[in-house]
Amino acid sequence: MSEKMDEIRKAREAWAEQRKKMQDRDFVFETVSSMPVKDLYTPEDIEGFDYLRDLGMPGQYPYTRGVQGNMYRGRLWTMRQFAGFATARESNERYKYLLSKGQTGLSVAFDMPTIMGYDSDHPRAYGEVGRVGVAIDSLQDMETLFDGIPLDKVSTSMTINAPASILWCMYIATGEKQGVPSEKLTGTIQNDILKEYIAQKSWIFPPEPSMRLITDIFAYASRHVPRWNTVSISGYHIREAGSTAVQELAFTLADGFAYVEAGIAAGLDVDDFAPRLSFFFNAHIDFFEEIAKYRAARRIWARRMKEKYGAKNPRSWMLRFHTQTAGCSLTAQQPENNIVRTAYEALAAVLGGTQSLHTNSMDEVLALPTEKAVQIALRTQQILACETGVANVIDPLAGSYYVEALTNKMEEEAEKYFAEIERRGGVLAAIDQNFFQQEIADAAYQFQRAVDAKKRIMVGVNEFVNEDEKLDIEILKIDPQVEKDQVARVQKLRRERDNIKVGDTLEALRKAAQGTDNLIPYILECVRAYATEGEIVQVFREVFGEYKEKPIF
Amino acid sequence: MARKIRVLVAKPGLDGHDRGARVIARGLRDAGMEVIYTGLHQTPEQIVEAALQEDVDVVGLSILSGAHMTMFPRVCELLKENGAEDIIVIGGGTVPEDDIAALKENGWAREIFTPGATMETIVRWINENVKTG
Repeated sequence: MSEKMDEIRKAREAWAEQRKKMQDRDFVFETVSSMPVKDLYTPEDIEGFDYLRDLGMPGQYPYTRGVQGNMYRGRLWTMRQFAGFATARESNERYKYLLSKGQTGLSVAFDMPTIMGYDSDHPRAYGEVGRVGVAIDSLQDMETLFDGIPLDKVSTSMTINAPASILWCMYIATGEKQGVPSEKLTGTIQNDILKEYIAQKSWIFPPEPSMRLITDIFAYASRHVPRWNTVSISGYHIREAGSTAVQELAFTLADGFAYVEAGIAAGLDVDDFAPRLSFFFNAHIDFFEEIAKYRAARRIWARRMKEKYGAKNPRSWMLRFHTQTAGCSLTAQQPENNIVRTAYEALAAVLGGTQSLHTNSMDEVLALPTEKAVQIALRTQQILACETGVANVIDPLAGSYYVEALTNKMEEEAEKYFAEIERRGGVLAAIDQNFFQQEIADAAYQFQRAVDAKKRIMVGVNEFVNEDEKLDIEILKIDPQVEKDQVARVQKLRRERDNIKVGDTLEALRKAAQGTDNLIPYILECVRAYATEGEIVQVFREVFGEYKEKPIF
Repeated sequence: MARKIRVLVAKPGLDGHDRGARVIARGLRDAGMEVIYTGLHQTPEQIVEAALQEDVDVVGLSILSGAHMTMFPRVCELLKENGAEDIIVIGGGTVPEDDIAALKENGWAREIFTPGATMETIVRWINENVKTG
């Protein structure tokens, strides 16, 4: 074998000698993350490669080739498009329409006041109600949102983080009203607060009490809502904030390990909650780098869960993930080109073995998408699934010298970050030191400099520019009446509900927050009494305090 | 020697899209300006207070939430109430062309830079429009 390798080395050296005489284009040959790549990969680059150790079979440890034994031959990835707007009633009508078209999973987008824990009539909510998602102030709105939609028949993904426990309790309580026990509910809450401090910045409370809310959810779900994905550990926003692919991989998995450690520290058995952890990655424009990232992510997670955290249930070893194509790779110039970018990115996600996928619409860089743009985005996935043949063969790029070498490289580079994070005292300490934030800001700045200097080409932006381009895109405007109606609704609710009961449940919650009880049953009581999201968050703000960033650039 | 140009980069609204604001802040600093970045989730009142306290020449608002037609007028109004209408207000983000025209016509923003604007363009604009000394 090594004799053979010797021959390969000699042949490669002879080739390299010839190749030197050839003139290369004036171009920076590196990935979009500024990782240099060689011109050629050979068996030398994966010397020592051990198929069973490094890849294994699909559906088997370490899951490099995918988490299901038959991958897309069994079931295609879920085409899950994220949507939500205006009021609960309008979103409810949209969801019913989607379900009537055969969709079985819903994905709820909330507006900024809901995400930040403010009721619609709070001064900070002014101008933002119902604008980027649906406004939910109380159980009443959640009941309206799912009116006529049986919660034992759909799975619901909710993109909510700092106040995730409250919205989740509203969902459970809506199930109760429909006569659906919590054991039958299926879905996901994003609930990934660590990446909020790192990248997306929709935080409310400081890290420690936020982590407590998350482990309380783990514990409650394992007993009462066993089919729920309790956290969607997200690299998407880290990448959108400007990170490299390696940073996205490393920081996201580090967050995942931090949740596992928090669960174990809270006295839970790792196999009681780890099978319900899921992931959410970006699909950026550098094709092979993204595929290597997904493959490395599965292998790292499986090894750590088994070897470091002692998980015994194979479901705890499997990294299941959702993917969204990269919003930050799209351009406001010549927006139709974004269809092509999104298609390549979606292909990378599928070749990387994603479980579900959202493809961006070409006009999302400008405003909320039009119906037509949304349809093209969905059709992009359907063409990929039904016409291109890429779903026929499992992990078809395995064994490529480049892809395997790049997968190994991603893993090595991620390990360096894990060591650095540990040296800094763990994820929470590194957040406090602004480590992640600074790394991402540096990468974002370098990328912009490279674009400005034309070292990085963006078609239509700094090359192949249409000089007098006029944008001809419809811009969606939200009717200001939406906000007025929602404000009136929450104020009417406060007048008509049993305010003694609301006060009592909020007081019980305050006492529990000051102690160490699991908070979920207390939040459920508040929600059932129609306490508003803002009122519950206010109790937590008073007990836990608010997070303050140290702005850096 | 003229004093350095002082710029407040501000991020109003509830959203957390601060990538652009931070890249711009750093680019202006590298171009020799004094830059103060407010951090996220700032109200117009907080922004104007910081602008006055830091005695800046320019306020740059980064807005990607669609709230530009309420934020720019409010910041300008508060600057005027405080006798600081000489501070130049500019902005960046996803602002439709019609709205850019309206913002400029009403004097709510001197210039708006949209995605694709280079650092060099922004630096040159500020250098040409701010008088120091």
